[in-house]
Order: sequence, then structure tokens, then C-alpha cells
Amino acid sequence: MTVLKAESLSKNFRRGGLWGGGAALKAVDNVSIDLKEGETLAIVGESGSGKSTTARMVMRLIAADEGSIHLLGKEISHVRGKRLRMLRKHIQMVFQDPFASLNPRMKIVETVGEGLRVHQPKLSKAERRVRVAQTLQQCGMDEEALDRYPHQFSGGQRQRIGIARALIVKPKILVLDEPVSALDVSVQAQILNLLKEIQTQQNLSYLFISHDLSVVQHIADRVLVMFAGRVVEQGTVTDVFESPKHPYTKMLLAARPIDYPHERTGKDEIAEVSEGIADTGCAFRLRCSNVQDDCADFDGLDQSDDPEHSYHCLHPITD
Amino acid sequence: MEAGSIKAVFTKSPLLTFGAIVVSIIILLALFAPLIAPYDPAAINVRDILFPPSWQHWCGTDTLGRDVFSRMLFGARVSLAVGFVAVGIALLVGIILGSIAGHYGGRVDAVIMRLTDMVLCFPTFFLILAVIAFLEPSIWNIMIVIGLTSWMGVTRLVRAEFLSLREREFVLAAYSLGLSSFQLIWRYLLPNAIGPILVSAVLGVAGAVLIESGLSFLGLGVQPPDPSWGNMLTEGKDNIQIAWWLSLYPGLAILITVLGYNLLGEGLRDIFDPKTAKR
Repeated sequence: MTVLKAESLSKNFRRGGLWGGGAALKAVDNVSIDLKEGETLAIVGESGSGKSTTARMVMRLIAADEGSIHLLGKEISHVRGKRLRMLRKHIQMVFQDPFASLNPRMKIVETVGEGLRVHQPKLSKAERRVRVAQTLQQCGMDEEALDRYPHQFSGGQRQRIGIARALIVKPKILVLDEPVSALDVSVQAQILNLLKEIQTQQNLSYLFISHDLSVVQHIADRVLVMFAGRVVEQGTVTDVFESPKHPYTKMLLAARPIDYPHERTGKDEIAEVSEGIADTGCAFRLRCSNVQDDCADFDGLDQSDDPEHSYHCLHPITD
Repeated sequence: MEAGSIKAVFTKSPLLTFGAIVVSIIILLALFAPLIAPYDPAAINVRDILFPPSWQHWCGTDTLGRDVFSRMLFGARVSLAVGFVAVGIALLVGIILGSIAGHYGGRVDAVIMRLTDMVLCFPTFFLILAVIAFLEPSIWNIMIVIGLTSWMGVTRLVRAEFLSLREREFVLAAYSLGLSSFQLIWRYLLPNAIGPILVSAVLGVAGAVLIESGLSFLGLGVQPPDPSWGNMLTEGKDNIQIAWWLSLYPGLAILITVLGYNLLGEGLRDIFDPKTAKR
């Protein structure tokens, strides 16, 4: 069952221009997402590829210029006010920076209990406290945390608190915006395992934003690769990681650290490529090793026959 | 903040300490004026006219034989009352308008900020003079008029703070939990903007004290026989060649009070905004 479906999302940011006439930056261009119950869909890409913007549009933190968003079968891109606020309990977000994502002036019990105040206002303060303690416990924090302030915790602990804050309203979907990239590697693994455990218990769906392919390989079922605001490749983790079709995906995979560097074969070396994003045709063509003349006129459509593994490239990599 | 860090702050910043001490002393003197004052500030004594400072009259006596020191103590009450109430009004207006502008953004923000810019275009003191000229000069009118002409700074400040807080992850998290705008402002935005607001309030008191003195000096503020530092200066100016103490002491009182509040405000700014701390 599809829990979250976004179609043809686009977002332009205006830049420059004193009188509002500045050029538009296409942050996200025609991106569609289909997230099924209990699965993890990862969105990967470099900084500025539009992955975080996509997540924030789905969360309705920023308004999409175009496109539709269906949450649990219901179109939500035009819902506003109180109705939108009430729908928010179904989709929650965990943020990247554990040091910025907790209100420094609130005790943990208040921060985590905030969702209950909104969505179950009839609970008494004592009942709320019990629920907060339970949820924190699920996330591996004990009761002593309740009356402390965020500065008394480490990054990993804060991230657990952030997860608890999202989980307490019993969402169906968690949007995880680089949830482990600010943490130590050892702590990363703990948080990822916690996320996996919670997902199995509660049959949650994850939209996992990341630039770290090792993390994605560990946690995701499907992966969507973005470049310059567009989807360039999409498929199961196995398909995309083992036989990438788009040259950009291949480049990303080659750039990730590997376990045994001395076994790295020559063809995996990252070639010196020119920087830059093309304004017309395939945006990646300035850096692409497979580039040919027709790439300049490419319309960005899916070129695959396989609905499970799509790629948007005229000259895909063939094994 | 914990007790230890407060102590550390005072030892680190001598200006803040000095400002805090001066302000506390002035507030205490004003609060306990009836107990401290050696004479009734309104008691006329025709035998003791224009006595220079002495052990009987620390700051001398005025043209009606009233004790200048006692009058200054009661004048402090006026100055501080005007300062606090005027700043209170400015804060109320400024926080409400700034919150709305900063939180909702868009067209609401544009309208409020253009209104603010318009009010800022008026030279404040002359605006106040014009308004007071139409109203009856009284301490309440001054408080209200000063308050209603000094909210623009607070509005801009609160809006700017909110604009930056709005992008912070903990505010986004609260927003995505579905909090109402009021809850978001009251529980997340305002508490995290309180530092700069406090600084501007403290500096605002200094400004309000100065404006009140100016108005009273011109006869548009506190009316004689009620004492205020400003109207004592008016009396002093007429007798400046024969009785210097009538001008010097109220003038010093204004100077020290304004200095105290400014130092306290600057000291607090250094604490709350580390970016401008070391220049």
C-alpha cells in the first residue's frame, strides 16, 4: 500500500533581482516519489541536488510550486490551517543537526511531549509524562532524561530524543533528513539500528535523505538518485548499487570510501571532471564520461523499460 | 543560567557590573524615597532660600527654600516610572507587531514593516512635542506618548530574530508537529528571542528617561510643583549664575542614570550576542 505519493513536484527559488525580477533557481524539477508501507526509500545526491527541498515540500514545511502530494491516499498539497495541523501527526521528521533540533529552553519532557499536547489535548500532565517516558525508553533513553535540558546530552542522545519527539504522535511516515551525518561513526550505527528496530515494530515507512551511500545501502530498500533538482535514477538498492545505469550514480558509488582501498581497481578511479551543471539538456553532461552530442537536447524522460529500475539517461552504462 | 555562570559574567564584565550597581542603587533610592528623604519635597521654607550645599541640605535649597536632595529623590520616581511604563508600552506594541510580521511573513510582514518605516521617518522628539502640545501635559500622557513613539526598534528586532529562528530545526520540528501559530510564537520563538529584547528594553529605559527630562525641562512634562529632574533643571537655568547647585545635581542625576542603563544594556548585549562582544 502506498502511504505517500508525490507527483511532479517542482520548486523554484528566486535569486538576486532588486525588484523581484531575478533569475529563478530550479531547486527541484519534476520529482515524483512513491513510498510504500513499511519500506525505506532513500533520496541521495550531492549538496544542492534538491533532496532536502523535496523532503521539506513533502512535509509541507515549504510550499511546492507545482505537483501534488498524497498522504495516506489524501491530497494534502492544498490543505491549510487547522486541518493541515491535524494531518501532521501522520508524517513526522527527524532533523540533521542534533544540536539545533531541540529547543534549548525546554525540558526534554516538554519537548518530546509537545506532539501529545497538540494531538491528544485531553491527556493530563501526568499521563503525558508517562507516555513521554515510554517513548523515550523505546528510543533507548531512561527516565532520568525527562527533567533535563538538551545541553546535558550528547549528540547521539539528542538524536534519540529527536526520534522520540517524532514517534510520540504515532506517525505512519518518518522523513529522516540526514539523521546520522552529524554523528560519530560508532554512534551512527546505533542510531541506524534503532531506526531499523522501530521500523519493524511499528511498520513505519521511512523517507531517508542522505549523501552517504554506505548508510543508504545499510538501511534502504529502494533508492532515488537526484542531481541538480531532477531524478536521474531510481530502483532497488541491489539494482542501483550493483548495476548503476546513470553515469552520475556510478560516479557517486565510486566516490564512496571502501573497506579495502588497495583492492580498488583502476576503472573505479574518480576521473578529474569539470565542475558545473548544464542549463539545458542533461544537467550532468558537463561532467559525464559518456557524453555525446544529443545529450544537449535531452528532455530528461525515463529511458528504461523496467518500472522497477528507471534511469534518465540517453547513454546509460551497460555492463 | 546557573548561579556560577552569573558570577563569572560579573567578574568578566566590569562595565556590566558597574551599570547593574548604579541602576540598582537608583531604583532603591526611588523606591524608598519617602524613607530616605530628609525633608518633605514640597515643604516651602522662606527663611532658607537658595542655601548652598551644606550638612543640613546636602544639595542645597531652591528659590522656595525646598530641599534639592529630597526633591531629586522624588524626581527619580518620576523618571523611572516614565522609563518603565513607556518601555513597557513600546515592548507590548513592538513584540506584537514584530511577532506577527516575523511569523507570518509575506504581505502582512510588508505592511507592518512599511508602517514601521513610516513612523521611523518622523523625528521622534518633535512628534512627541506636537502630540503633547495638543494633550494636557501630565505624567500619564508622557508615558503613553513616549511608549507609542518608540516601539519601532523593538518591532524590527523581534521580526529579525523570528526570521532567523524560523529556519532553526527545533522550530521546524515544532511546526511539523502541528503547533498553532500562537503556541509556536509563545513557546518557541519569543523565549529564544528574549535576550536581544531585554537588551533593547534596558537601553530603551535610558532613552525614555532622557526624553522625559527634556519634555519636563521644556514645561511639557511633569508640572511643578511635582518634582522631576527635568523641571528642576528649568528652575536651575534661571538662577545658574547665583545657584549652580540647582542645575548641577539634577543634571548629574540624569547623566548617571542614563549612563547606568546604557552600560547595563551594553553589558547584557555582550552576553546575549557573542558576535559583537569583542570588537
